[in-house]
Amino acid sequence: MSARLIICLFAGALFGFGLALSGMTDPGRVIGFLDLTGDWDPSLAFVMGGAVTTFGLGMWAWRWRTGGSGWFASRLPTRDNDPADRRLVIGSLVFGIGWGLAGFCPGPAIANLAAMRTEVFAFIPAMAVGMLLARFGFGADRDHCP
Amino acid sequence: MLTSNYTFAHALVGGILIGLGSLVAAGASGKIPGISGMFSRLLRPRAGDTAWRALFFVGLIGGAAAAFALVTPAANFRPVASLPLTVLAGLLVGFGTRLGGGCTSGYGVCGLGLGSKSALLATAAFMFSGIVTVFLIRHFGTGMP
Repeated sequence: MSARLIICLFAGALFGFGLALSGMTDPGRVIGFLDLTGDWDPSLAFVMGGAVTTFGLGMWAWRWRTGGSGWFASRLPTRDNDPADRRLVIGSLVFGIGWGLAGFCPGPAIANLAAMRTEVFAFIPAMAVGMLLARFGFGADRDHCP
Repeated sequence: MLTSNYTFAHALVGGILIGLGSLVAAGASGKIPGISGMFSRLLRPRAGDTAWRALFFVGLIGGAAAAFALVTPAANFRPVASLPLTVLAGLLVGFGTRLGGGCTSGYGVCGLGLGSKSALLATAAFMFSGIVTVFLIRHFGTGMP
């Protein structure tokens, strides 16, 4: 296995450990965060804050040191130039409805495969069908977010 | 075994690890490592552009397994929806993330970290509809499937 693949495996392990440690894999905690008018649980704001700050500062420092070169002759990704159009807003609103219904976004759903939860064996195939519907029904499978 | 109760420190350290994992994946791939995008690309595999995503997910599941085993509060799991509703949620999440172009990681972590205005708009949109959905279920949700 190439060094690049081993690094991607390691990156996924950091990500997955972080997801589970942070409580994002617990649908009850996610719903507690979205339940502003109820018994609000602010913990996911710490998760988001820690993740955004680490990624943002890390990318900034990396770019500053290397002029934008990644490993293995790649260029570091830049901010997407996606138009903030109706499709972006409607798609994100639809995603949020699904997120609020069951408390799963894609990463935590996949992380929960590690615990063989019945819920994610229902959720993940449905998510795949939804993605294929977006692609074949609406031609929507944007490439900026690879 | 780390048997302490869940605290904001778990949330913060977990978030930092999510950011680090994203950073390492971005540096190795040259791409924004959004989960919904990487997952959908695995549904459309292309030679030479699949193994790194597949291994990222192998690592993700392995990392989660380690946290579930080693950190007691990480194993908390409180499902909130019936299985039919969970299937509906999965359809909406899959469709919406591909129509919109990203999810909590691609927009909410990477996009915001890079200062993208599109990502800010997308994040505001899915937070808003998530909050409204939970509000409606809380107040009018009796009798839902």
